Amino acid sequence: MKGKRMQSDHPDGSNPATPTILPLVLHEVCFEAAGHYLIDHISCVLEARPYTIVLGPNGAGKSLLLRLCHGLIRASSGSILWHGMDACAARRHQAMVFQRPVLLRRTVTANISYALRIRGTPRWQRQMLVREALQQAELADLAGRPARLLSAGEQQRLALARAWVLTPQALLLDEPTASLDPAATQAVETLLKQIYDSGTKIIMTTHDLGQARRLADEVLFLHRGRLLEHGPAAEFFSQPKSKEAAAFLAGQLVW
Amino acid sequence: MPREGGGVYLRSRRLEPATDGLEHGTMDDFTAAFTTALTLIIGFDRDLVAIVSLSLLVSLAAVCLAAVCGLPLGAAVAVCRFPGRNLVGALLNTMMGLPPVVVGLALYVLLSRAGPLGEFGLLYTPSAMVLAQCILVTPIIAALTRQTVADLYEEYDEQLRSLGVGPWRTIGTLLWDGRFSLLTAVMAGFGRASAEVGAVIIVGGNINHVTRVMTTTIALETSKGNLPLALGLGIILLLLTFMLNAAAMAIRDIAKRAYG
Repeated sequence: MKGKRMQSDHPDGSNPATPTILPLVLHEVCFEAAGHYLIDHISCVLEARPYTIVLGPNGAGKSLLLRLCHGLIRASSGSILWHGMDACAARRHQAMVFQRPVLLRRTVTANISYALRIRGTPRWQRQMLVREALQQAELADLAGRPARLLSAGEQQRLALARAWVLTPQALLLDEPTASLDPAATQAVETLLKQIYDSGTKIIMTTHDLGQARRLADEVLFLHRGRLLEHGPAAEFFSQPKSKEAAAFLAGQLVW
Repeated sequence: MPREGGGVYLRSRRLEPATDGLEHGTMDDFTAAFTTALTLIIGFDRDLVAIVSLSLLVSLAAVCLAAVCGLPLGAAVAVCRFPGRNLVGALLNTMMGLPPVVVGLALYVLLSRAGPLGEFGLLYTPSAMVLAQCILVTPIIAALTRQTVADLYEEYDEQLRSLGVGPWRTIGTLLWDGRFSLLTAVMAGFGRASAEVGAVIIVGGNINHVTRVMTTTIALETSKGNLPLALGLGIILLLLTFMLNAAAMAIRDIAKRAYG
């Protein structure tokens, strides 16, 4: 049953199994601040299916790249097109989960219901979808609890459930397990696997190599705002091409 | 009890202790003030009840009106980006310190028979007092709301934009989620309204049983040298404000525990 609804009951009627906003094409994308390139001429194409992990040390520009792709900030130059669509226009078909979940000061149920209301889902459908999302995220027992009083792992699962209930064609995740313990990380990864299996494209940043090895189909390796490597995960982990990636994988300091 | 002529306004003034101004010493005054306050409260003086009721009614009405205007205004200034936004913010902060007498005077000119709003006949009515207090309180609520909402917006901004929430809905969401913190802004507004005397005495006229409220009565009794009664009324006013603030704080604390 898990993941089934996601392929049939999309609030806006589209089917996430056949994405229409992918591939995501980045062409010479730059983001400049105070005379420095924080994102430095990045070009790549992200296809619909592979589980994409954006790897890199702190300050590499991973979160910034994700925000640029989600249309939360505008690139200084270059283009970001989701199947020809501008990032802002395509945002309706995406969802993003942040490192620190931003939950409304409301109950667990109200948090998910709010997202659906924004998308114009009718009330009768909302109740059903919220129930399903809570079951998927194993939060049904906490439905009436204030969201901000949940544990960190539960909060992140709620943020994921809220994103998932919108049945996005692409889900962008900014280090969603960075502050979680192993058990909570596993619960989040299980949920992410379900979302991926339901046909949603996942683009996720992390600097946790173990997590990247577990989840990634393809890897983008960033360093100082530059895209140093983009390729299949197996290839990246066994034969990194750049010395920075090799050092990162060896656990050495990368500068 | 028939009302005495020549400015005796509370029946219980008959009960006033044998003190007559400051010459009897501060401690005597305060003792007398407490005794007077207790006598007025316990005796459930009808005139006092009328004055307190009108005070509360005028202040609460003014604060409600000011909240309806000030909350969305403050939130809009916090959320929307428009030319002159900083100027509006600075103006709101400046207007927090509006001199009540000036507001009262300006409103007096507007509402007087010869004024542009004279035809409504509002001068020397509780409505005029509500209007005056509303003008004084709105900037306070708006300015404090702006700060509270701006803090919340910083936290919510990316998530709300990610969900596709428009600016108007963002304002509504922030006001709703910040509602318990915003109680402080509204209570600050109520504090200003209930303590206000300069504007209401000008546009209200301090007419017995029509526009006489606690602060104007205190001013009147003080000018007559009846300090114990004035202090007694002051104590009652403080008690009322304290009770309302305590209730607001309790609501906020309970809500914080309940919603995080």
